[in-house]
Amino acid sequence: MDDQPIKSGDDVVRVRQLVRTAAAAGGLSLVDQTKLVTAASELARNALVHGGGGAARVEAITAANGRRGIRVTFTDSGPGIPDLEMALTDGWTTGGGLGLGLSGARRLVDEFSLTSEPGAGTSVVVSKWSR
Amino acid sequence: MDIDSNQARMAEFLRDSRDKVLARWCELAMTSSAAGGSADELRLELGDLYALMLRAMAAADESAAGELAAALAELSRTRARAGASPGETALSVFTLKDAVYELVADSGDMVPEFLAFSRLIDELGVHTFETFAAAREQIIADQAVSMLELSTPVVKLWDGIIAVPLVGTLDSARTQLVMEKMLEALVATGADHAVIDITGVPTVDTEVAQHLLKTVMAARLLGAECTICGIRPQIAHTIVSLGIEFGDIATKATLADALAHALGRSGLRVGPA
Amino acid sequence: MERVPIIKIGQVLFVSIQIDLQDDSVLQLQEDLADELAVTKARGVIIDITAVEIVDSFIGRMLTMIGSMSRLFDAETVLVGMRPAVAITLTELGLTLPGVRTALNAEKGMRLLGGSV
Repeated sequence: MDDQPIKSGDDVVRVRQLVRTAAAAGGLSLVDQTKLVTAASELARNALVHGGGGAARVEAITAANGRRGIRVTFTDSGPGIPDLEMALTDGWTTGGGLGLGLSGARRLVDEFSLTSEPGAGTSVVVSKWSR
Repeated sequence: MDIDSNQARMAEFLRDSRDKVLARWCELAMTSSAAGGSADELRLELGDLYALMLRAMAAADESAAGELAAALAELSRTRARAGASPGETALSVFTLKDAVYELVADSGDMVPEFLAFSRLIDELGVHTFETFAAAREQIIADQAVSMLELSTPVVKLWDGIIAVPLVGTLDSARTQLVMEKMLEALVATGADHAVIDITGVPTVDTEVAQHLLKTVMAARLLGAECTICGIRPQIAHTIVSLGIEFGDIATKATLADALAHALGRSGLRVGPA
Repeated sequence: MERVPIIKIGQVLFVSIQIDLQDDSVLQLQEDLADELAVTKARGVIIDITAVEIVDSFIGRMLTMIGSMSRLFDAETVLVGMRPAVAITLTELGLTLPGVRTALNAEKGMRLLGGSV
């Protein structure tokens, strides 16, 4: 289990590298590794840009049938997402032309859960399993 | 009496009556099993199991239970390879109960011990079944992967032109594999044209069309252009009525047409020698 | 912050991205390219991403913007060397990088530009 604070652009890069290492060690194929790291990049950037900074936690997980996987949890204590349904629709963007990338990230992973309360921050948990 | 002392008493009984019980067990197991193998082999197998079971029941060491489970799994696999059904293997285990019962039935004073023993044997029998099922599932899963791999070949048609013949339904799992193999082939051969032959795809609905579009998009990101061929009259009708648009992706009826088209784009032309 | 070097070869600006770039570096690259295009009047830009393992929506959008910006300077951009895993991921994300031409490698990229440069 690894915790990485997300307070700068460099931290986003660190999150990518952490997830890449964990995914490779967790037995994910190259394409699946790339998808997970890309999703992590989107979510880390969200935490930084829209969440005012936060943290990422990377964990190796095992399913009941023995399959291995990686779970990444992103938390921030930003303003939260007021309209979840809209945020998860493709192409939704906030100001500055930077999309939230949430819907994209969701397509890249096997499991995706998001909790957000306006004023109480956002938490996104994603996981990807080896085949 | 608690379970442990029940087990201990049964273990003692089994140890003392080993030869009688083992002989009877072999007899019963022989008749219940249709699998080949001599009586001597069977006696050896069951003898080993008997010893392991005694150790496990005496709770002598932790590894005993694990070794017993492993030995049963191996027995199950060997029998399966010899053509026996999982039921037959389980029956061989269950017949031990009968062998023991015959000996204790007369005295009637080992009832609780026997019940506990019976439960233990039931668990072991179920274990052989589960091992068999798990092994089968693994074989099926491996075969599914092999089938997917085998049905996704990528061939080089000419310098700079590769072909991807698709056979069977194009679901998301197959699409992933097709994209991976096609892109790897593009990089390996340095091709800038891919012909996707859908002659072997039974139906083309909106989902399949999406998968095809994705595949073409991926190829384009690597600088390769795609031509889709193998449009049969029946699916042409479906495609049009579903309103599927292939946009700027070239589509041809046959592989030959697609090859000619690709050659043309490379500035080549086929003529008489 | 890492600055991506831009090399001029004839009429073409050559950019090779070797490391895991953070967002500021990509924005800086865009600015630097604009400066170079204005000064050198280059007709083509080749961006080599052979060593790039991750292209997410932000970087994807930046690449598209670089393409549009180059066109403002009458230059064409070719993105070369995308890794298969990256292409598959971008496709899944629905990012097609419109306005940016692509090629397997720098050599083919140069040939693509050859017509218009």
